[in-house]
Amino acid sequence: MYTQAIDVPGKDSKPERAQGPQSPEEARFDAKLADDQKVEPRDWMPEPYRKTLVRQISQHAHSEIVGMLPEGNWISRAPSLKRKTILLAKVQDEGGHGLYLYAAAETLGVSRDQMIEALHSGKAKYSSIFNYPTLTWADIGVIGWLVDGAAIMNQIPLCRCSYGPYARAMIRICKEESFHMRQGYDALLAMMRGTTAQRSMVQEAVNRWWWPVLMMFGPHDRDSQHSGQAMKWGIKRISNDDLRQKFVDATVPQAELLGVKLPDPALKWNAERGHYDFGAIDWDEFWRVVNGDGPCNRERLATRVRAYEEGRWVREAALAYAAKQRARETKQAA
Amino acid sequence: MAQHEWPLWEVFIRSKQGLEHKHCGSLHAADAAQAIRMARDVYTRRQEGVSIWVVPSTAITASDPDEKAEMFDPMADKIYRHPTFYELPDEVKHM
Repeated sequence: MYTQAIDVPGKDSKPERAQGPQSPEEARFDAKLADDQKVEPRDWMPEPYRKTLVRQISQHAHSEIVGMLPEGNWISRAPSLKRKTILLAKVQDEGGHGLYLYAAAETLGVSRDQMIEALHSGKAKYSSIFNYPTLTWADIGVIGWLVDGAAIMNQIPLCRCSYGPYARAMIRICKEESFHMRQGYDALLAMMRGTTAQRSMVQEAVNRWWWPVLMMFGPHDRDSQHSGQAMKWGIKRISNDDLRQKFVDATVPQAELLGVKLPDPALKWNAERGHYDFGAIDWDEFWRVVNGDGPCNRERLATRVRAYEEGRWVREAALAYAAKQRARETKQAA
Repeated sequence: MAQHEWPLWEVFIRSKQGLEHKHCGSLHAADAAQAIRMARDVYTRRQEGVSIWVVPSTAITASDPDEKAEMFDPMADKIYRHPTFYELPDEVKHM
């Protein structure tokens, strides 16, 4: 699903850039990136490049995994069998996306256990959007339409990321993401054709999600401390503000077609710019949620930790079984 | 607290009968049978494959990226290995 936290600094993070004169390896590395070539796992890479990728890819993976929770909340309460099977398939996709991304991060020399530990201890971030609650069925449609729509905007440029395994994971993810967005819009269309109560349920969900979704693109370019270097490294291709604008421009006509109002009185077409103008984002809220004080931060993390701990015996039993099978084969061979 | 990660496996998928298996990603699994089952769930949810190979990642030996030049550059000046190196008279038509 998605990734803004990728651009959010960790507690101990400073802007990362190469210090001092360039080594020959660094010069070769820069030339490779300038030539738009991919970097592969065993190639030489500067330590800050590796660290930035580990942070971004692992936070992206965590977002996919935590992102299963707000939707999982509605699997058992979906309004029909059709919607339930669709939602199950979508949540399963999110789990798969988490796995592709963890695997990409592991090629950089960080273990799965280390990443999970970082998430569970609160050291690693995940996308702030998943710290908002899913109060009604309409929220599930809105997540597909807006949250996954924003994710697609963000993720398509990542398919051209300079790090090969990340780019390949993103290509796979983007292919599946389109289903997520369309099923959400489809669910909302069905509700908008329904009763007045259903229509207002959709409008309320849009009202609650619109601003948090705009925050998914991360801080303004001028406040985004990792962006410059990430652009130079080909990890990031389009700036936060440009992506956000692209998303707003694409979404306004979709909202009109659906028949909902986006909750922003300042939202209007600017013929001169050729874009929609929109109101100011409440960055205090953004930082509050990123730093742990959103409506559901504690609940989300506690649920993840509990699931991991409750699954521990399964992981251990599977290893014990595999060891026993191996021992039996060795004995038979002897 | 000792952490015991499941071993890492590389997954190869044959997308269609008649095509080769292609590397598509990796995953953790306790043993080979579980790796196959999980690869099915993770990498073939939309009929992307008709056959799966899993290989323990530790079993793969790779060429050294630092020796890329020594390994592969010697082939760069052997253009006579390509059919386009040979200019034949037009009368030959297709060959």
